[in-house]
Amino acid sequence: MAKEFLSGNEAFAYGIRLARPQVISAYPITPQTIVVEKLSEMVEDSSLQAEFIHVESEHSALSCAIGASAVGARAFTATSSQGLLYMAECLTYAAGGRFPIVMMNANRSTALPWNIYGDQRDSLSLLDCGWIQAYAENAQESLDLALMSYYIAEHKKVSTPFMANLDGFVLTHTYEVVEVPEAKQADLFLKPYVTENKLDLSYPKNLAFSVGPDHNTAFKFKEHLGILRAKEAIDEAEHKFNEIFGRQYTGLTESYHADDADYIIITLGSIAGLVRETVDKYREKGEKVGLLRIRYMRPFPNEEIAAVARNAKAIGILEKDISFGNEGTVYTNVNSALQKAGLSIPSSNFIGGLGGRNISEHEIESIFEELKNEKSTVSFLGIGGGEE
Amino acid sequence: MMVNIRWHGRGGQGAFTAARLLGAAYSSHENKYALAFPSFGPERRGAPIQAFTKLDTKPVVNRSEVDKADYIIFLDDTLFTEGILTELKQGGKVLLNTKQSFENPRVLTINADSIAAEILKQPITNTIMLGAFASVFDGINLDDIKEAIRLFMPKKLHEKNIAAVEQAATQINRGVLL
Repeated sequence: MAKEFLSGNEAFAYGIRLARPQVISAYPITPQTIVVEKLSEMVEDSSLQAEFIHVESEHSALSCAIGASAVGARAFTATSSQGLLYMAECLTYAAGGRFPIVMMNANRSTALPWNIYGDQRDSLSLLDCGWIQAYAENAQESLDLALMSYYIAEHKKVSTPFMANLDGFVLTHTYEVVEVPEAKQADLFLKPYVTENKLDLSYPKNLAFSVGPDHNTAFKFKEHLGILRAKEAIDEAEHKFNEIFGRQYTGLTESYHADDADYIIITLGSIAGLVRETVDKYREKGEKVGLLRIRYMRPFPNEEIAAVARNAKAIGILEKDISFGNEGTVYTNVNSALQKAGLSIPSSNFIGGLGGRNISEHEIESIFEELKNEKSTVSFLGIGGGEE
Repeated sequence: MMVNIRWHGRGGQGAFTAARLLGAAYSSHENKYALAFPSFGPERRGAPIQAFTKLDTKPVVNRSEVDKADYIIFLDDTLFTEGILTELKQGGKVLLNTKQSFENPRVLTINADSIAAEILKQPITNTIMLGAFASVFDGINLDDIKEAIRLFMPKKLHEKNIAAVEQAATQINRGVLL
């Protein structure tokens, strides 16, 4: 293992190289550009043996990855923001076709107003497309997710595409210390992709076909089961990853002092670091607060959320997202988890960081203070609530 | 204890490169961690930009902007006003590339432009200010900076930049040191 000083984008590219994809198709878009730029350099200097296809749009980038996966190749693409939205049509093709493509998405605001900075509205608005969705906190987790993503996506019980989300700029463009595993070790972890779900002249079959009303529900049910089973594949991947690399991840969520906490912030992505630091300060004062970081939005951690929320007095959901006319989508999902578990505790939604707006330590403290009122509200950090 | 360093320069002067080299140099040691990032957004040559380095003995998890810095380093004195001193922590220092001299003990000066003209033969002062910083800040030594230059800069730039940081370390005006 080598210690390097890398950006989130670079770390992800190093992880993808270790996963040995055979086809990379991409259209450069800020701020993901560097991950594919780096991969193209690796292909150029032969440190990665892959076909690099520079396409004319994001729609084509994912179409191309689907074609590659349909002949049994391990495929990668990356995008961000409007690029992801432009791909939306192809997302359901990849998922329904059960093609285990991996995509890195640099989370970035969506237009209008035009803004290149980070928030999570792009990927969260596409939760229903049938992709596994993971959210990294730092560059090390980004690299490790890149390698683990193929293990999970290609798992026989799963066969589902995987979207790894990195917060635009604050993670993609920030440099930090990263342990880069040896290729030899990575090869022990991840075997080449072998599938029967491919076009093969020796065994002719129909792929990506039409299905009428009689059988359509059964296909969609199987697609649903595949993504639900990703939970087991994630546990299996993380267990094996720890055996080989000595870093243990914690499944769909990561709990930090949440188990005995009165007040919990549930969030996702790179802001979790600041929340963890704030939790430390409160704990030093003897106040029982905690953090639950959502690592996977699909499959959704219903049980994990219910388990930590069970003993809490109130929870707050902090997200860089708004579903206009309602509330943040993560909040909706968390409340559903609570309701299914028969839990009736106050939960509030804090919408922040839109279009790259800084979230300060003071604002995290204000969330914990607000939770002490034990009410259920929806508000925008720095602005307040919507009109009733 | 986390040390926050903020870099001020103009697009093209290499402020972010300096921020990144500093992070890499510091974190090359056991149990030393760093975060380095630019002020995000479109890049325009000549426009004022900032870059940030956070140093700590444990992993740096706070990625948010900081309003009070331990050190503020100016590659270009046209960006400096004394008002900036309110953005320093108590005991914090400004490192300023300038020909002028200041009475204020919190402002440490160096004529990096003249070192750049003499050694680098071009008006780029980012590594020079990094050398000056290494001589002022106890947490890092000049050898770490030289190693980061060797690792992260193109080979043809090594010799001159290493000579420039050595020169900078001897010429920084440390102000009143008691």
